[in-house]
Amino acid sequence: MSMNNQGRPTRPAEDSAASSAQATSTGNRALMLEEALIFEIGDSTRTGVDLPAAPKAVSRLGGLERKAAIGLPGLSEQETVRHYTRLSRQNYAIDLGLFPLGSCTMKHNPRLNEKMARLPGFADIHPLQPIQTVQGALAVIDELGEWLVKLTGMAGVAMSPKAGAHGELCGILAIRSALEARGDKRSVILVPESAHGTNPATAAFVGYQVEDIPAKPDGRVDVDALKARLGPDVAGVMITNPNTCGLFERDLKNISDAVHEAGGFVYCDGANFNAVVGKVRPGDLGVDAMHINLHKTFSTPHGGGGPGSGPVVFSEALAPFAPLPFVERTEDGKLALIEEESMEDHHASSFGRMVAFHGQMGMFSRALTYILSHGADGLLQVAEDAVLNANYVLRSLEDVLDAPFANAGPCMHEALFSDNGLAEGFSTLDIAKGLIDEGFHPMTVYFPLVVHGAMLVEPTETESKAALDQFIGALRSVALRAKQGDPSLHSAPHFAPRRRLDETQAARKPVLVWTEPVVEQAEAAE
Amino acid sequence: MRYLPLNNQDRSAMLATIGAASIDDLFIDIPEEARLTGPIHGLPMHAPEMAVERHMKALASQNLVAGDVPFFMGAGAYRHHVPASVDHLIQRGEFLTAYTPYQPEIAQGTLQMLFEFQTQVARLLGCDVANASMYDGSTACWEAIGMARRITKRATALLSSGLHPHYVGVAKTMARFTGDALVHQAPSLKPETDIADLIGQIDKNTSCVVVQYPDILGRVEDLSALAQATQAAGALLIAVVTEAVALGALRSPGEMGADIVVGEGQSLGVGLQFGGPYVGLFGCKQKYVRQMPGRLCGETLDAEGKRGFVLTLSTREQHIRREKATSNICTNSGLCALAFSIHMTLLGEKGLRGLAEVNHAMAVTAAERLENVPGVKLLNASFFNEFTLVLPKDARTIVRALADRRILGGVSLGRLYPEEADLANGLVVAVTETATLEDIEAFATNLEELLA
Repeated sequence: MSMNNQGRPTRPAEDSAASSAQATSTGNRALMLEEALIFEIGDSTRTGVDLPAAPKAVSRLGGLERKAAIGLPGLSEQETVRHYTRLSRQNYAIDLGLFPLGSCTMKHNPRLNEKMARLPGFADIHPLQPIQTVQGALAVIDELGEWLVKLTGMAGVAMSPKAGAHGELCGILAIRSALEARGDKRSVILVPESAHGTNPATAAFVGYQVEDIPAKPDGRVDVDALKARLGPDVAGVMITNPNTCGLFERDLKNISDAVHEAGGFVYCDGANFNAVVGKVRPGDLGVDAMHINLHKTFSTPHGGGGPGSGPVVFSEALAPFAPLPFVERTEDGKLALIEEESMEDHHASSFGRMVAFHGQMGMFSRALTYILSHGADGLLQVAEDAVLNANYVLRSLEDVLDAPFANAGPCMHEALFSDNGLAEGFSTLDIAKGLIDEGFHPMTVYFPLVVHGAMLVEPTETESKAALDQFIGALRSVALRAKQGDPSLHSAPHFAPRRRLDETQAARKPVLVWTEPVVEQAEAAE
Repeated sequence: MRYLPLNNQDRSAMLATIGAASIDDLFIDIPEEARLTGPIHGLPMHAPEMAVERHMKALASQNLVAGDVPFFMGAGAYRHHVPASVDHLIQRGEFLTAYTPYQPEIAQGTLQMLFEFQTQVARLLGCDVANASMYDGSTACWEAIGMARRITKRATALLSSGLHPHYVGVAKTMARFTGDALVHQAPSLKPETDIADLIGQIDKNTSCVVVQYPDILGRVEDLSALAQATQAAGALLIAVVTEAVALGALRSPGEMGADIVVGEGQSLGVGLQFGGPYVGLFGCKQKYVRQMPGRLCGETLDAEGKRGFVLTLSTREQHIRREKATSNICTNSGLCALAFSIHMTLLGEKGLRGLAEVNHAMAVTAAERLENVPGVKLLNASFFNEFTLVLPKDARTIVRALADRRILGGVSLGRLYPEEADLANGLVVAVTETATLEDIEAFATNLEELLA
């Protein structure tokens, strides 16, 4: 699941290039080190590995030997370590500080998870090993699946989806399969305006027409409008709960009942499950399918944008259509992997395979480690602290930033603000870039689309009160500058490894791969 | 609860600031009848690090570790040695605990890495451009078929019989819902690939031809004629590479004319991990770049004129285009792409070619030894590091029996094609630099005993 940043590419203001510090001959600034590309510092003769000797053998490549240079630069081991260490220092990360991207649940990533995922018994096994040699791996999948089913109050789980959006796809495919199985050709999926972009994209990808459902002024789905639209052409609704305004959809059960009565299914986008894990089970609210982002609620690392993992829990009605493969316990107590071979006997109405092999095993072992560490009591505390932290941020800033739904009751895991009340010419983007100079990663900006200049702050439960106070102080000061019209905000950030970047140029003339500089070629030709 | 920094004193102070009497006041929007009042029954409570470690280790110990035994499995996932510095570097918190680089000024580390990755992948595949990675090879393959449909406005894809059956399975699942027609049959146990048949099947409705190189049985054949025939009919050639190391020895699909090249990048940096997470590679010709799925990183300048990198062409993507996006995908496989890129940087051209050479030489050595086992035939005329043996009996039982003797001796075609009785005796054997001559001998001797 991703967050929009500013909707369209932006470019720096004309006058924002103020040189802020004394120049150095290297371009470095003490610990802030510039680093060239591997193509500029490496070459094809260098390598950082020693290989075993090859036995003598006659080539059997069928005359397809690669002759031309590939163009892959190598570095020694030391240079490689230094290159990537230097690059790493140009990134902000949870390990450095609060990372309040709304709807992304950037919580602390415990290192025990990493240690467990690297046990050779999990990391060094092949996905097609005979089943008798991978009973422990299947047990991880089975045990994690059982937790997910119990935490959500659902009937079954598909573990193979590779990420949140892939899980959405899995859920929508199950809905369509269930409808087809009863000979019902429905063509419309209803999606609230505030939904993640992946929701409409997923529904359209599977061939559904997407129709928006409006929100009410309090930030929640307009239940009457939704009910009025239900009918024999509606396959289902996709609802995010808690929604992207950070609010719990109080009427979800009511909505589910109406959708079911009209013959449709309810898909719940579980991106924000962290707020309610252990507090409510989506199964009790009539949900038929919901994906769970293991990289959000269950702390598997985001890794600079993946890999994610998006298991999907299903109601009784949809569970029979879940994809292959899945793990099943046999009568003798052993674990079996149900694949194509055994599908006919065990799972005849499965809609098939979504991915090679069995899903994100490396994420399963991490998520299970995390879940076992917290236990049922700890997970409940996770939700409570996540919601407490978000409300603390909301109430500590509502005097300086417009909080459009502040009167709609408490927020859940994230606090939503708008750009209403900033000085003329100042925007959410200025606040975001100003926060960078203060040493924080900005919140999600310009999402959800239903609020003008949205700023969506999700602190998560792994922030201390002291860290929150520091963040609140920083955001308060930047917000006040934006309200007072401090022009220096337009050129922020001033202290990051880069100033504002020209995204418009990047999109207009895309340079997506490195090429030898043209100048040198021209000189060589002379 | 070691991951939760708040104590009860903090919680009380914060509730006072909020103006709530208790934590329950913050959950009033959850209908009371559905609200849980205590931990869910039947689930264990929180546990110390040691106890969790004990539990996980007990599970891990029930698996037969590939590195502990003679190991010859492939079929889309390959065991290669990953240098120690790769895993060290990807565990730096600045990479591990960062998110998608939406704020480029403080994400240049990830962005520059992605730009380098895209360039490495494009060059390896022989493409003009490559994206910042996909979930894995199988989903990248389906995305390529969808891209060909958008470009050609046709909806019939010809899938080679040599395409990995799981990749075929993914495409079949998706095609059922998108309305694409797929033409496909299971492979036959012949030394030649089905390129000639594919050329004969192309017609004016064909959107693309999807061919794996080397294919599921390890066979390699020149794709040039297929590329020409495909393009002459106005269709696209999609080449699928499941073993990235092969392109250190073999001509790239791009060089032979493929329009889109997708692959599984797991071989470099990532490890086996029981099938995931892996990293999908996706490259294509420049003219198709705006139809590409997935994230792209591009070069630009900052306000001071310094070179920097940003995510770009996002108007293709779901967060802007919503239902009109080229794909619903929103994450890539960032950390696995990083592992791939670091491993590739350590290798460099010299190392990659050397690695490919060792793989091929070990595989040739193993093939020659194994075809000397009585009753065993080597199917392939050509191969890289993987080949198919035809045994005198069902290979599934042999693979299981070998596993009981602590040898992981290949992937049976029965596992991959349970419905194809003609393929039951086929055994796909992969040999990488991690195998030793002693491993090969142990495999051959045990195979001989089991077949006797």
